[in-house]
Amino acid sequence: MMELEEHFEDKPEGPISAAIIAGGIGALALGVVTTLAEANETIKGWLELSKDVGPLSGKTIFAVVAWLVAWALLHSTMRTTRYETRRAFAIAMVLIVLGVIGTFPMFFQLFTGG
Amino acid sequence: MSFTAREWWGVIHGMGFGAVFLLSFAGGLAGLYSLKPGLITPEGVVERMRRLKVGVIAMAVAAWGTVLTGTWIVYPWYRAGDETSKPLSPKFQLTANPNTADWHNFGMEWKEHIAWLAPILATVVAFIVVYYGANLIRHDRVRRTAMTLFVMAFGFAAVAGALGAFITKVAPVR
Repeated sequence: MMELEEHFEDKPEGPISAAIIAGGIGALALGVVTTLAEANETIKGWLELSKDVGPLSGKTIFAVVAWLVAWALLHSTMRTTRYETRRAFAIAMVLIVLGVIGTFPMFFQLFTGG
Repeated sequence: MSFTAREWWGVIHGMGFGAVFLLSFAGGLAGLYSLKPGLITPEGVVERMRRLKVGVIAMAVAAWGTVLTGTWIVYPWYRAGDETSKPLSPKFQLTANPNTADWHNFGMEWKEHIAWLAPILATVVAFIVVYYGANLIRHDRVRRTAMTLFVMAFGFAAVAGALGAFITKVAPVR
């Protein structure tokens, strides 16, 4: 390990934590917008950015933009911090689980017809 | 032996980008797993990290290629028209028959959404590897976090890939 410390400079965990949490935010965004689209025809219409692709076009663009914006903001605030990845991972896991639930048909189809 | 243009895009989406991601997962995971202090010299780290960085970046690119070709090229053909179109698109072939409707109502509805989590998480893993590089060896917890996210990305891609393969079997895009 001493040899490694001589060869490779250590870096703070902040940027990694930012990336992990942002990934969770992207997953949550997709779950939320998928469920909202099912629950509300107006929102579903807003999300139809492409007629050929349908509402999926808006859902995925929204989720990717949410992820990238979250990443940029979190990175700018955490890039020199020592924010532990263990905590970031726990936060991201909750967000990802919620996102997966939101994109699971048997869940979001409960809200159909809004 | 020939494919239509649409079938070619289906091949590029599923057996090109998608298969590249799924098949290279094992190598990427093994690369992350082997970054342990007792296993590598500083010289070995340089060689191994270069390969790992190229690998995880290539996998993230493959994951993005999969979802972008799937959503913006193949999916419109899958869902084109309506119940009265002739011929029916795969979506309406499936939903016209109660015995196959769930392949769309559950299978495609899950696949088209869950797949997008794979490139997001694959990009997070690629960032961790590129940013931290050889420091993954001394930060074992971060390395294990990267491995977990990597496995999750694979899991989401595998679900989407399996559902895609089954749906293509029942109602292919032609």
